[in-house]
Amino acid sequence: MGSEPGGGCALRRFSCELGPLGRPDGSAAFLQGDTSVLAGLYGPAEVKVSKELYDKATVEVLLKPKVGLPGVFEKNREQLIRKTCEAVILGALHPRTSISIVLQVISDAGALLACCLNAACMGLMDAGLPMKSLFCGVTCTLDATGAIGLDPTAKQEKEARAVLTFAISSVERQVLMSTTKGTCSVEELQQCIAAAQRASGTIFQFYRDSVRRKYSKA
Amino acid sequence: MKETPLSNCERRFLLRAIEERKVRDRDPPLPPPLHSAATGQAPSHGSAGGVRASPHLSPGRGALRPGRTRGCPARVVTLLSALQRLDGRQSYDYRNVRISFGADYGCCIVELGRTRVLGQVSCELVSPKLNRATEGILFFNLELSPMAAPAFEPGRQSELLVKLNRLLERCLRNSKCIDTESLCVVAGVKVWQIRVDLHLLNHDGNIIDAASIAAIVALCHFRRPDVSVQGQEVTLYTPEERDPVPLSIHHMPICVSFAFFQQGTYLLVDPSEREERVMDGLLVIAMNKHREICTIQSSGGIMLLKDQVLRCSKITGVKVAEITELIQRALENDRKVRKEGGKFGFAESIPNQKISAFKMERAPVDTNDVEEQAEEIITKADPPSDVFAKPLLQMPGTAQIGEGLENSWGDLEESEREEEEEGNSDDATTSEGQKMETGERNFVSKTKKDDDTIVLSDSEEEEVVILEPEERQKKTRTHTSAKQENSSSKKAFNKKRKKKRATH
Repeated sequence: MGSEPGGGCALRRFSCELGPLGRPDGSAAFLQGDTSVLAGLYGPAEVKVSKELYDKATVEVLLKPKVGLPGVFEKNREQLIRKTCEAVILGALHPRTSISIVLQVISDAGALLACCLNAACMGLMDAGLPMKSLFCGVTCTLDATGAIGLDPTAKQEKEARAVLTFAISSVERQVLMSTTKGTCSVEELQQCIAAAQRASGTIFQFYRDSVRRKYSKA
Repeated sequence: MKETPLSNCERRFLLRAIEERKVRDRDPPLPPPLHSAATGQAPSHGSAGGVRASPHLSPGRGALRPGRTRGCPARVVTLLSALQRLDGRQSYDYRNVRISFGADYGCCIVELGRTRVLGQVSCELVSPKLNRATEGILFFNLELSPMAAPAFEPGRQSELLVKLNRLLERCLRNSKCIDTESLCVVAGVKVWQIRVDLHLLNHDGNIIDAASIAAIVALCHFRRPDVSVQGQEVTLYTPEERDPVPLSIHHMPICVSFAFFQQGTYLLVDPSEREERVMDGLLVIAMNKHREICTIQSSGGIMLLKDQVLRCSKITGVKVAEITELIQRALENDRKVRKEGGKFGFAESIPNQKISAFKMERAPVDTNDVEEQAEEIITKADPPSDVFAKPLLQMPGTAQIGEGLENSWGDLEESEREEEEEGNSDDATTSEGQKMETGERNFVSKTKKDDDTIVLSDSEEEEVVILEPEERQKKTRTHTSAKQENSSSKKAFNKKRKKKRATH
């Protein structure tokens, strides 16, 4: 974030590594500034009978906090991420299987949910699962004056009046998921969505470049 | 842990890889026929069930046996040193250890080959245990994340997990490597509780070594907030006010694992996951760089000779010295970078030249005209209807906003909708009691009509009454639900019911 002289916002330094883990079918480490999430993915694999769906794959998401046991906070985010993934994964191609995504928080320095979403998407890409579109997570903040900030640090998140996180699809920049904290007007919400859609372009370019680099010698 | 058991075929392949290498090293002409026999048999074993596998096994074993029995102990020892493993290591080789630190204090990732453990230390002020009023509390928690292997289930205390946690506690807490007395703030009132969380991220064998390294590295890296005590008042300082203080660590115990095969004939240092699955016994020795043994544990029910244990402890001494050196260098490096204000954290630990890694510098996003864009969307959208200005008060204690929307339950077809509208047009406005009455009347008339068409004379209505004794409510309910259906289908249904009754 941080306001540039031009009045625009910025995304922090992004880094990612595709396939850092040996055991999972797909894995990715995603870093936004100092926020870092590791995603490991198994699937399509055998599914428990109790969770079996006869017409599509069961998507499970597990978010593991760094310290302590997962609580309600993690469960809530798991659901948000799961619904987003379900919306893009072509689960009907793998009925009666399970796709489980495990996200491990490595460090939280703001925009954690957005980072989780990005890591999950890169993990899905690394696993080579068929998807309708890609998605990315963008976090926006609104400060007391109503100025929009993108990809906040933990400190900026704490000072902000409202924190909004969106999942944006790569097809027509559609909004797949949104969650907000704090108060904002309808106009501000629309402005944040517009800003998130702009930022998503940069993130999708980042996805493209990293995958291109990985397969540059294949 | 519920690991999928190795098939006989796999097990044989692994053991043979160890054994064949030995034979090939001794006399080269022997292996080719052996090898072809092995490859020829393998598929038949794969297809055969577990029961049939054993008779097939014997010729293979018979062929190998002379090679094994002819070797004298001295020769086995020399061969063992020439023995190579599936991943190309020698039997005493340790995999590469890589340590990287996070941006926070007390956060590290240790990679032992492809086994990866994340460690994080956190602290909290708590009241001490009653019998240890002047000692801080150390808490270890190793978690086998389902990310590490598909067999690990979240939140389940498997046997393996309990064993690993216990061993870790013995290695780090019971060896008194952390000065717990220095963690006391006010005796009997406030002490520091140090919590070490370890997450296994990727399981490729030898979890305990990786976890013990991660735990001690995270503890060495950790800084707790400074406190001052004035009388009974405890002041906690933020990192900005006063520099956080490191823990006082006496020594660094590190575990080294040894896998034994075939009743201790073969010994491998730092077994990988595949080797762990076929090993007969495991010996874990925890030692510090002063060559003091902190913990020793043998599991798997294998009888070890005295000189085997001694040899293992000698190897441990060498490995621990190497690893301690590495840890100190890594810690020193991180300290220097932080001091000079350079970049640190996990982003720096990803090598730039790695083909699977990619980095992007801080990217500005143009958000100048988002306001116009938002305005456009809002103007395009329908203006919000403002009909619910006043809440309606139907009767005391109730409130209603707006008139409610049209019921969109079920997907009614045109004809049904018309029908329903006909039926409902007057009902909707009338009060509850009236509705009930009309409902009843409709019902009666309908059933009477049915009676006319089907010759089942007298007692249809009585029967309904008997079946549904709570007359009024039930009847209205059947009526309203019946209205949703097509009238023809209702008739058919009634007919069926009647036929059924007629058969009684």
